[in-house]
Amino acid sequence: MSAFLAILSRDLALANRIGGSGWLGLVFFLLIVTLVPFALGPDLNLLSRIGPAILWIAAVLATLIGLDRLFQADEEDGSLDLLRSAPAPLEVLVLAKVVAHWLTTGLPLALASPLFGLLVALSPEGMAAMVATLIVGTPALTFVGAVGAALTATLRRGGLILAILVLPLMVPTLIFGVSAANAATGGTVPFATPFLILAALSLVAAVVGTLGAAAALRFGE
Amino acid sequence: MRLTVHDLACRRSGRLIFEGLSFSLGGGGALAVTGRNGAGKSTLLAILAGRLQAEAGTVALEGAGERTLPECLHLVGHREALKTALTAEENLAFAARLLGAPALQPAEALERVGLAHAARLPVAYLSAGQRRRVALARLLVARRPVWLLDEPTAALDATSQGTLQAMMGEHLADGGLIVAATHQALGIAGIAEIRIERPAAVLPPGDA
Repeated sequence: MSAFLAILSRDLALANRIGGSGWLGLVFFLLIVTLVPFALGPDLNLLSRIGPAILWIAAVLATLIGLDRLFQADEEDGSLDLLRSAPAPLEVLVLAKVVAHWLTTGLPLALASPLFGLLVALSPEGMAAMVATLIVGTPALTFVGAVGAALTATLRRGGLILAILVLPLMVPTLIFGVSAANAATGGTVPFATPFLILAALSLVAAVVGTLGAAAALRFGE
Repeated sequence: MRLTVHDLACRRSGRLIFEGLSFSLGGGGALAVTGRNGAGKSTLLAILAGRLQAEAGTVALEGAGERTLPECLHLVGHREALKTALTAEENLAFAARLLGAPALQPAEALERVGLAHAARLPVAYLSAGQRRRVALARLLVARRPVWLLDEPTAALDATSQGTLQAMMGEHLADGGLIVAATHQALGIAGIAEIRIERPAAVLPPGDA
């Protein structure tokens, strides 16, 4: 537990220091969301209809930012060897790193989504649904991404391979995230149906992602 | 406590690095691993630290109870495992919390290696020798019986080498073990030496 908290607090501190990627994901999210209305034109009805989809795609892309450095930075400076000698299973240490990463990327995205929802003319119910679906769904993105990050930790230019590896695996989360957000603003499906599947995806990803990333790091060399 | 390595062989990317390596080291014992560049000294330490898998042979640590070898050791290698955005003191405090079994406080450990004045500087501002000293101070913030040191004297000035020598002496007097890959004499009385030679025939990749 002490090792878990040590890594969590160190990674949170690092994200806020110079060179940390704490706020970059959020700025990137904002940029993508701003670009879409420029491309589509000022059709408010169209924007509010596809708003949840835009926000979710932006969230998926913003999650990828900084994910390649999740384990690579520790691999390069030798910190991973230090982590391996901690008196705790590697899975626990991986979990601490992924939770810290989610707290600095996924959670800010979810909390900022009502503000960005304004840019795509979301209704108040739509904004509330976006916050809920992103809080519940972004852990799935981060955990799936962590496996890719662990697999590419020793590659020098792993970022692109990482995106190719993990983006297809993020499709289910994207589908149910968007359909839950859409269900909240109308439609025939009740909100709870896709939302519960989204929650299930996150729980499964938390287990599989943690074990998978630890296994990838263990047999990485 | 006794570290026993029996008939160890290592293969990386199909290439045999070394084979038939055996040694046994008891409490208070030190071993210098020598050999020319690329002979596999760092690879041996990586296997002991659990980062690489051995091709054949066994590594056993007796007298450690439930703890595995990686949980009993400190590794100070070429990559110093320091976060450059954090201060020297923060790096050591993190290591102490991560590794458990706290010994000296980070500030005291930094004072021991002569870096008390740099405790609050980000590691990015430190020189190569100073970074190495911060990494060596990590040996003092958590109590671990086995020290694996990879070229511990690299980048150190004469004073710091003396400090390191004293630290190693105290560790051995406490019943600790040291395995050091080195090209230089470490100044430890009664240190054993093992020389890694490259196998005569370098096998082609994939050939078992």
